Amino acid sequence: MTAKPVAMREAFGEALLALAPEHPEMVVLDADVATSTRTAPFGKAYPDRFFNMGVAEANMTDVAAGMATCGLRPIASTFAIFLDLKATDQIRNIICYNNLPVILAGNYAGLSDSYDGASHQSILDLAVMRAMPNMVVIVPGDAVEVRQALELALRRDGPTFIRLCRNPTPVLFGDAEPLQLGKIRKLRDGGDLTIAVCGVPTFMAIEAAAKLAARGVSVDLLEVSTIKPIDAEALAASARKTRKVLTVEEHTVCGGLGSAVAETLARRAPALMRMIGIQDTFAESGDWADLMRKHGISAEHIEAEAMALAAALGV
Amino acid sequence: MGSMAARPRLDRQAVVREKRRDKKSAMVQYLAQEFRVQVLDVLHDRGTGHWGGAASAAELLVALYFDAMNIRPGDLKWPDRDRLVVSKGHASCMLYTVLANRGYFPTEELATFRHLDSRLQGHPCMRKTPGVEMSTGSLGHGTSVALGMALAARLLGKSYWTYVLIGDGDLNEGQTWEAIMAAAKFKPPRLVALIDYNKVQLDGPSDMIMPMDPLPDKLRAFNWNVAPVVYDGHAAAEVLASLDWTQCQTQFPAAVIYKTHKGRGVSFMEDNAHWHGAVVDDETYAKARAELIDTLGKLEMAL
Repeated sequence: MTAKPVAMREAFGEALLALAPEHPEMVVLDADVATSTRTAPFGKAYPDRFFNMGVAEANMTDVAAGMATCGLRPIASTFAIFLDLKATDQIRNIICYNNLPVILAGNYAGLSDSYDGASHQSILDLAVMRAMPNMVVIVPGDAVEVRQALELALRRDGPTFIRLCRNPTPVLFGDAEPLQLGKIRKLRDGGDLTIAVCGVPTFMAIEAAAKLAARGVSVDLLEVSTIKPIDAEALAASARKTRKVLTVEEHTVCGGLGSAVAETLARRAPALMRMIGIQDTFAESGDWADLMRKHGISAEHIEAEAMALAAALGV
Repeated sequence: MGSMAARPRLDRQAVVREKRRDKKSAMVQYLAQEFRVQVLDVLHDRGTGHWGGAASAAELLVALYFDAMNIRPGDLKWPDRDRLVVSKGHASCMLYTVLANRGYFPTEELATFRHLDSRLQGHPCMRKTPGVEMSTGSLGHGTSVALGMALAARLLGKSYWTYVLIGDGDLNEGQTWEAIMAAAKFKPPRLVALIDYNKVQLDGPSDMIMPMDPLPDKLRAFNWNVAPVVYDGHAAAEVLASLDWTQCQTQFPAAVIYKTHKGRGVSFMEDNAHWHGAVVDDETYAKARAELIDTLGKLEMAL
């Protein structure tokens, strides 16, 4: 973990510029938030390959789909909440039904657009995107994984949703093996319980696991960067070993990582589970770290839940 | 120079051109009617599907696939082919009939329309049916998709044409107007919207469901190049002339509005919302088919 946090949106903007020369087929579309999502520098450098579609997400998404049928590799970028909910029909009926290679970059996801309030907070995008046949859903855990996710998505012959956070977060995987599609990253080996985490809370889970180790609780810590297809083998192997699984996500517990893990384990290796995330409610305006803490998405709460789960009777 | 010079000269080439055009439009008129019969047969046999919107678009689809469009039915992935997005996806049975007769797949396959395991889905699916450029059915998508295809052409240095066939229901959808705005912003060349303006929707006349007039003025206000006249979408000669008009344009996006009749070809089905998607029973089928065949016979005489 390096000292200086980097925001995923910055990493995304830089990755677009870095990947542009080797991917001449790559084009970027944005819905009047290019300054926020950091696609604007790409637009300045490659004006022919950048399309500001205005505040019209449905049209943007289908235009991207039309381009994809003709050999281009479009990246449709806007705030995650507007991408996955204002363009749901387009993503389902045009992009996923036809398995088109469109990359959907959902920025400002989770609670990261904290001050703008509940209207802008994307807390159910994973539930929606995960339910789409043909979709691959990637939740990078840090800025390094953002670029890797983009590179993988550009090589895929189908749709990919990449979830991005607005705010600076610690860089975790600078020296690690690159992200692999459909593979979990094991961050710690332990036998008392499994913690499965995705996205920004990964750094919190790492911190909590270290504290838990000091308290004599050994955690099998899994970073689940691909929510779909999920790494069922690795999850089941861990659950068979620990019989107890705690999931952590910056998303509602209805339909996101926790649900994906539960669905997987129910069929392969049932385990006692707890889920940290937004508990089926709307959030509010406020400082991001405070808001996360209020909804239990913090290293302290992960540690407390893990202790409780470790002490509970297993299945 | 005497009086001889004042006599009008016979322009043999013009005469040949005119005869060729007459022959072509008679052929389009005939094929459209023939395909109506084939569509009715399938809809009756299968007991499911949409007659109204299919019959409405017959001449337009035939003129595109049998004349205007630069296509290779045997080479589906030819990058320079012209594209048509049928945004009014419920016209699927007519689209399939036109595609099959144009050589994209065997006409015998039309009988499998809406069967389990068929390549001919209820609404068009580009992954299943050869020749279908975009899956549609959920209204409002086509214009956006076509815009994407036309923008791709410009970026990739291609000169193919992108047509989108729009119906009344499509015009109700907000997304269509997002796409119309965006197309006027980016102005990709060779993007053409063809509007099958039969003014009857599923629930009734569009003037009662959602009035779209004054449609040409609306499109012009959105900075589209709109054909100066509304063409008769069932007169093959007019449809061919309208497509000639698009070929001569330098300003895009361009739009052509066609006055059409939902359920065209069967007197008691025309302009009647009931025949948007009602099942064609045996009695109706017999009466409707007799009418269609009667007209077909007359059109055959003109060939």
